[in-house]
Amino acid sequence: MGYVIIGNCIAAVGAVEGIRRHDTRTPITILSKEPYPAYGRPLIANYLKGKVAESEIALRSPDFYESHGVEVHLGCPATTIRTGQRQVVAEGGMAFPYERLLIATGGDPFLPPIAGLEGPNVHTFVTLDDAKALRQEAPSLRRVVVVGGGLIGLKAAESLHDLGIQVTIVELADRILSLAFDEVAGRLIAHRLSEIGIQIITENTVEEILRQRDGTINGARLKDGNILACDAVVVAIGVRPNIAVVEGTEIQTQRGILVDEYMETNVPGIYAAGDVAEAKDWHFAEWRVVPIWPNAYRQGMVAGQNMAGQRISFSGSIPMNSIAFYGIPTISVGVTNPPDDGSYEVHISLTEEEKSYRKLVFKDGTLVGAVLVGRVERAGILTGLIREKRPAEGFKEALLKEDLSYLDLPRPLRKEKLGLPTEEVPFGVRAG
Amino acid sequence: MLFKPIHQSYGDFSIERDPQRCIGCQVCLRQCSYGVHQYNDRLCELTQDESRCVGCHRCEALCPTGALTIRRTPSDFRENALWEPTYIKNIYKQAATGGVLLTGMGNPAPYPIYWDRMLLDASQVTNPSIDPLREPMELKTFLGCRPDALEVEYDGGVPRLKTRFTPQLELDYPLLFSAMSYGSINLNVHKGLARAAEACGILYNTGEGGLHPSLYTYGKNTIVQVASGRFGVHADYLRAGAAVEIKIGQGAKPGIGGHLPGEKIGREISLTRMIPEGSDAISPAPHHDIYSIEDLRQLIYALKEATDYEKPVFVKIAAVHNSAAIASGMVRAGADVICLDGFRGGTGAAPTMIRNNVGIPVELALASVDDRLRQEGIRNQASIVVAGGIRCSADVVKAIALGADAVYIGTAALIAVGCTLCQRCYTGKCPWGIATNDPYLAKRVHPDIAAEKLTNLVKAWGHEIQEMLGGMGINALESLRGNRDKLRAVGLHPAEMEVLGIKPAGG
Amino acid sequence: MSAIQQRKRKRVVPIEEACIGCRLCEVACVTEHSRSKDPVRAFKEENPRPRPRNVLEERGHESFSLSCRHCTEPHCVDACIAGAMVRDSETGRVIHHPEKCVGCWSCVMNCPFGAIHMDRERSVIYKCDLCPERERPACVDACPNRALILIEVEE
Repeated sequence: MGYVIIGNCIAAVGAVEGIRRHDTRTPITILSKEPYPAYGRPLIANYLKGKVAESEIALRSPDFYESHGVEVHLGCPATTIRTGQRQVVAEGGMAFPYERLLIATGGDPFLPPIAGLEGPNVHTFVTLDDAKALRQEAPSLRRVVVVGGGLIGLKAAESLHDLGIQVTIVELADRILSLAFDEVAGRLIAHRLSEIGIQIITENTVEEILRQRDGTINGARLKDGNILACDAVVVAIGVRPNIAVVEGTEIQTQRGILVDEYMETNVPGIYAAGDVAEAKDWHFAEWRVVPIWPNAYRQGMVAGQNMAGQRISFSGSIPMNSIAFYGIPTISVGVTNPPDDGSYEVHISLTEEEKSYRKLVFKDGTLVGAVLVGRVERAGILTGLIREKRPAEGFKEALLKEDLSYLDLPRPLRKEKLGLPTEEVPFGVRAG
Repeated sequence: MLFKPIHQSYGDFSIERDPQRCIGCQVCLRQCSYGVHQYNDRLCELTQDESRCVGCHRCEALCPTGALTIRRTPSDFRENALWEPTYIKNIYKQAATGGVLLTGMGNPAPYPIYWDRMLLDASQVTNPSIDPLREPMELKTFLGCRPDALEVEYDGGVPRLKTRFTPQLELDYPLLFSAMSYGSINLNVHKGLARAAEACGILYNTGEGGLHPSLYTYGKNTIVQVASGRFGVHADYLRAGAAVEIKIGQGAKPGIGGHLPGEKIGREISLTRMIPEGSDAISPAPHHDIYSIEDLRQLIYALKEATDYEKPVFVKIAAVHNSAAIASGMVRAGADVICLDGFRGGTGAAPTMIRNNVGIPVELALASVDDRLRQEGIRNQASIVVAGGIRCSADVVKAIALGADAVYIGTAALIAVGCTLCQRCYTGKCPWGIATNDPYLAKRVHPDIAAEKLTNLVKAWGHEIQEMLGGMGINALESLRGNRDKLRAVGLHPAEMEVLGIKPAGG
Repeated sequence: MSAIQQRKRKRVVPIEEACIGCRLCEVACVTEHSRSKDPVRAFKEENPRPRPRNVLEERGHESFSLSCRHCTEPHCVDACIAGAMVRDSETGRVIHHPEKCVGCWSCVMNCPFGAIHMDRERSVIYKCDLCPERERPACVDACPNRALILIEVEE
């Protein structure tokens, strides 16, 4: 008996490191659907364009599992959980008993009902296998249509473009990156992508994938009737929590697996973390799935520590994204598209020719969101204020400066954050 | 130089920047408060305007690669034994400005230094010397009025002192830190002085700048000063210290008062001095309530009254021609300690002419005052503290042999915390962070480091004093006080030896 | 697997009251992270010149030298998509492996102190490594005014 973790991505790594902070003995078993040691999933874009090799995308050193006392079963997906017997059954029927279980199955790409979707040359872009498939096919591709102008779609488009393939992005909304970024940031990035030759079509979608007799793709028909000639289609319109493994159990789900602040499900001893978990949101205090990387690691870490007997609560998920498209670093944190109901205060500075943009969103005097394009140095200072819900009265303007410095925080706050005494002890009156 | 009046063009220093070592880090530029170093970001090179250099050596001290050397290279005028370049340049300055020449620190002119004309004795054969590492060696010093005689009574056969002493100060070393006001030097230096005084069992002196609230905690190691401007003086202030000092005069500028310009009077200094922010702090030349020894007596007793006769009262004068007679009057007026400040004493600002030409050497003043008080039979009624140009422990020992009870050290203390005697204290731009209240510069004195350095200095001098005493076969400083037989003169005129009361070497 | 024990963690603490803004900490950092470990050669001969991993923050007369805090729960490690930022559980140091870094700036987005710096030319970040070859970090040794002090904290 021991710990069992279903899934082998960043949340699982976080959980292993969390468990081992407090329990160095009890064995941990990881059931991994994918046949690879944990890797940096966002790096598949770099892998696709040939910037990194497969061996370079591992998240931890090769001895990670061994040194952390983990028995890892690669290519061994879990199929069902028998909560009564405290067992996980893997494909092939092998049962793994557990004392504490973590479900970190992540998300699966969502495939919309598009005519002609079934068949070759249609790709998703989530796993290393997806990237491998695309990379294998790439030399024969001249034109690719990417369905979805979110982060995954853009990263796929960028990598394909770098391979010399003509890429068109088709986005249903009126702009790309509408979820993670605001309009201006989206526009600046769209402009940059157009500059380098990636075509973007908005307020449109692929209605049918056109295939030749032999089944290969030769075009995509859009909602407006236009036809885009292409050899392949990448579908990247989002992921859904992969909750198949809990179906038929009493584990409660909504969109994802519902967890409390300790990342525990309604079944004691069973935890969930990462893109599959639906945890309390930091800002709205509602339950939601926030499928972002740091969130997954932190949830895994919290879950792991609690599985090892601690009682640590997860402080909530802050949506945040950092991307760098062709030399324009772009960061968004927290509330970036606030409703225009007067309850939010928005500060903006924009120098379009320099492709530099800063937007700060305040609510009740507290920073709740930030979008930065171009100059993103020290952006974490803003993220920290958002995370800690620090009232920003008196230094709002300073936060908008491009050369934001830690010194712009009021002295008591910056001292507190550095762990220094904040009460006004006269400096140097007694030996320090 | 372009856009510069002629009198600013003759620099005193040159800056040698070794191009092979200079890494362009600009530490020199940031450290220089006179704007000497400049950075050419196109050439990525540092350049300098040497005419602004005051010779403080701050850049040289902090250069991480030793690329800088500051040299004294005044431009050469045709040789003239009378018209030395200093006089010529001073005239240029005054002709341009119409102003009084200002300077800082003590008199640097080449007058005789009597410490260097006196040599100490040592034991050989007939009286054994003492090893202070093996045997006790007492440096403890008491300051205050001593009774003419001690009365002892017996309580059941046990002797007990019947005489009641007036308040005494007990020092672990015969040293005190001189009066330097908060304002002339900044709070960080004051913190260092206060903490070092506590660590060494000695006292520091507030000067005429009041006592910052954060330093009340060091009261038992504090002498609070009352001077002609009465800045920062109030009942709690007087009670906060271990002693009160009335400052009549200062060695660096006898006969004139002090002046701290309004721009130096920031919020904290204004609160401490109890004057409006930004207003000039002008100490009058005389105390306007003291025109006679009788008036001085009134002030002394007013202060004793205010402090319940619990604290000794010091009276400090500049060493001048008739110091002996004045000192006699001061003792008779009730001073518990009299302080003589010689013409080498430092200052934050003084007119150059006064500093360089007024007053007398403290060695001579001390000898004559000690003699006079002895002759009048009142030497026991007051201790003597001398100040002004005490450079090392040997100077201390010589001063005590001449008759001092303890010495004040001011310049030496500032040098310990970094001062390089550039004599530009009056500009408020002290690059060493001492004589400045600019918060950017003042940070350069870290109170912890200052306290450690001052403590080290006092302890080091203490060790040396013990060695010198031991060499003379003396095991307590008290046995050296006024013991002028331990001194011999070299290269002095008989008249000077007579004043000093010492024999020639070999005699 | 190592046993769990209370360990002392090194931290460099900036004291802003004492910082004189000289930037010798930066010179020391560049020197320590150079090949020659000699300031003259590091600045004049080495290309690319190492960048200072501690940066003097300065506003008027206020200043202090800020570097990676080596947090117990480092947000930068949470955010690293490449496994380039890891926390060494033995020493408590947050270690960055530049060869794995892909320049996604996620750590920059997450460091609440702004202590992670961007090398945009090479598309990697750089930050304080607490000078693993020295007993005390170079910046601490170089500070002329004790504005950087090394403390050890229990974890």
